[in-house]
Amino acid sequence: MIPKAETATDAATPASGEPGISAQQARTPSGIEVPVVVSREMLRQPDPGMPGEYPFTRGIFSDGYRGRLWTIRQYSGFGGAEESNRRYRFLLDQGQTGLSVALDLPTQCGFDPVHPMARPEIGKVGVSLSNLAEMETLFDGIDLGRISTSFTINGTAAIIYAMYIACADRQGVPRDRLTGTIQNDILKEYVARGTWIFPVRPSMRLVADAVLLASDTTPRFNAISIAGAHVRDAGCTAVEEIAYTFANGLAYVDELVRRGGDVEKFAKRLSFFFYVHMDFLEEVCKFRAARRIWARLMRERYGVTDPRAQMFRFGVVCGGSSLTAAQPYNNIVRVAIETMAAVAGGAQSIFTCAFDEAFQIPTEASAEIALRTQQIVAYESGIARSVDPLGGSYVVEFLSDRMEEEIVRIMGEIETYGGAAKAIEDGWLQARVARRAHERKRRIDSGETVVVGQNSFRRPERPDAIGEEFRLDPEAAGRVLDRYRAVRERRDDAAVSRTLDALGRAVPKEGENLMPYLIDCCHAYATVGEMVDRLKAQWGEFQEPVRL
Amino acid sequence: MSAVAERAPLRGKRVLIAKPGLDGHDVGAKVIALALRDAGADVIYTGLRKSPEAIARAAVDEDVHAVGLSVLSGSHKELAAETLEWLRALGGGDVAVFVGGTIPPADHAVLRASGVKGVFTSDLPLEDVVAAVARALG
Repeated sequence: MIPKAETATDAATPASGEPGISAQQARTPSGIEVPVVVSREMLRQPDPGMPGEYPFTRGIFSDGYRGRLWTIRQYSGFGGAEESNRRYRFLLDQGQTGLSVALDLPTQCGFDPVHPMARPEIGKVGVSLSNLAEMETLFDGIDLGRISTSFTINGTAAIIYAMYIACADRQGVPRDRLTGTIQNDILKEYVARGTWIFPVRPSMRLVADAVLLASDTTPRFNAISIAGAHVRDAGCTAVEEIAYTFANGLAYVDELVRRGGDVEKFAKRLSFFFYVHMDFLEEVCKFRAARRIWARLMRERYGVTDPRAQMFRFGVVCGGSSLTAAQPYNNIVRVAIETMAAVAGGAQSIFTCAFDEAFQIPTEASAEIALRTQQIVAYESGIARSVDPLGGSYVVEFLSDRMEEEIVRIMGEIETYGGAAKAIEDGWLQARVARRAHERKRRIDSGETVVVGQNSFRRPERPDAIGEEFRLDPEAAGRVLDRYRAVRERRDDAAVSRTLDALGRAVPKEGENLMPYLIDCCHAYATVGEMVDRLKAQWGEFQEPVRL
Repeated sequence: MSAVAERAPLRGKRVLIAKPGLDGHDVGAKVIALALRDAGADVIYTGLRKSPEAIARAAVDEDVHAVGLSVLSGSHKELAAETLEWLRALGGGDVAVFVGGTIPPADHAVLRASGVKGVFTSDLPLEDVVAAVARALG
């Protein structure tokens, strides 16, 4: 039990009263027992090979970060397109190398801002992008041929990707110069993030449409980022995070192959997205294990021979639910440790959460500290000097082996159940994640998992310093609505109807890629809600299996 | 307090856990639902994306003692106010409404002033949440 109110005088002693590492802490958060000393004889695979060589345990590039640093990519976007455009220009001026666009929930769920469900949510968790005119404003003065843009978008991913292509067309940027990512991972939305719209099967078609189009016309753009981050932040362990994500990944690859995609080609553009939480070594080993599991799956299951199509590329987010609302400045330290783990694990892009993210949208000041954290790790810590700097450490190789075994075991359970799509349609995976979250919460409540400043080492008599408070401009939603109405006024209605009708007619055609139709709709300034409604009319909506 | 009451302080209470609006982060809602169930309550979970009106109707139809709204999108003030309004309009003015999620410290008092009986953030131990609900329901 955790004493409810520790005083400053006994705050130097852990709540558990134990001076060393407790029995529970001898296990990683994934439940893997790690001996106090690991020796070479205990290793199943004592030689991890070389970076840049199959199965890429030590990294996908032989030169690590010497050739190219990871992409520093801060997630940001709020209010209307104008406000977000100002924040993006600020971040680019500060040395950020890629944009990451957060979209508001109406855009993510396919509702126009005037829809009653949309009104309270306009511009809250991201920027509102209901039509091409808004995107043109968002990227005003930013050359889409020179920056890489990542969109956290899933339910409406194909539409936002179509809009991005249309926006590039308007800027005169050739499509093959576009770089960036759309998340476009609908399966995990049903499990953890909840921005689904259509049933599972038609949603899989849209995912594949976007990936197949990208493979042909925007070869430098990643049209899917298979994400474990959300199930992880919801409560899964690091091992489950990789296992569930790879199970989803296999479902997508199977679908793309079924649609006639060339796995040697599209697999080169597959990328992944994970959380990094606080257990430093487990996080590093998670990525080492994941690299070799994915490479083996690609080679052994799909017969992929091109090494670039076997490579596991991933971005990470550091922070999330590992951050606390209590004593929020401690979160700066947490994010720094997590960033070190991401770099030692070989991430291709990193997003660092701001310290106030546990309770608000970051302010400009907190967002800057998050960015500086990455720059300090990159240019001062020296950790990026050599590739896979922890490779060859006995404990790191031991833990990488054990995590690999556990990930493969859990993937087997999902396969036995009937695959990821079925496990999700039935609500089986969702219930599993909820139970795991409940367990994690109980372990924190009981003090078995120590969270400094939250359940241990508290000083409740001193109020938490939270720094500056974020204030969303209360007029922003009104401006979004005004601009939305203005676009609907001035657009060519005949062109809108023509392109939407063409989309509707393409839907029942088996194997027809809907992307070109969506791009035409975007060019005509059809809105996200209008496109989604055309698709809903034929596909219906996902019926959530509510299971506790 | 008897041993049974201590183990199941919410026995005989009916609670609706709801996700108003478009926010899809439902794990907090499910964890609370499981904790309230462990504490003896009859728990109904709405699933995602419900309008305040639909939530209030479900609360009245199911004759619940309490509604727990889970909001992580920042729209808690609007959604809680609308739900309270609909509850009053539908004759459920006596239903205790709680709000959980990502709620900035400054908004806790605002929510309470609007009629919300308790505000819970993710760092609060589950037993404190259960105790607060039990206290409010008497």
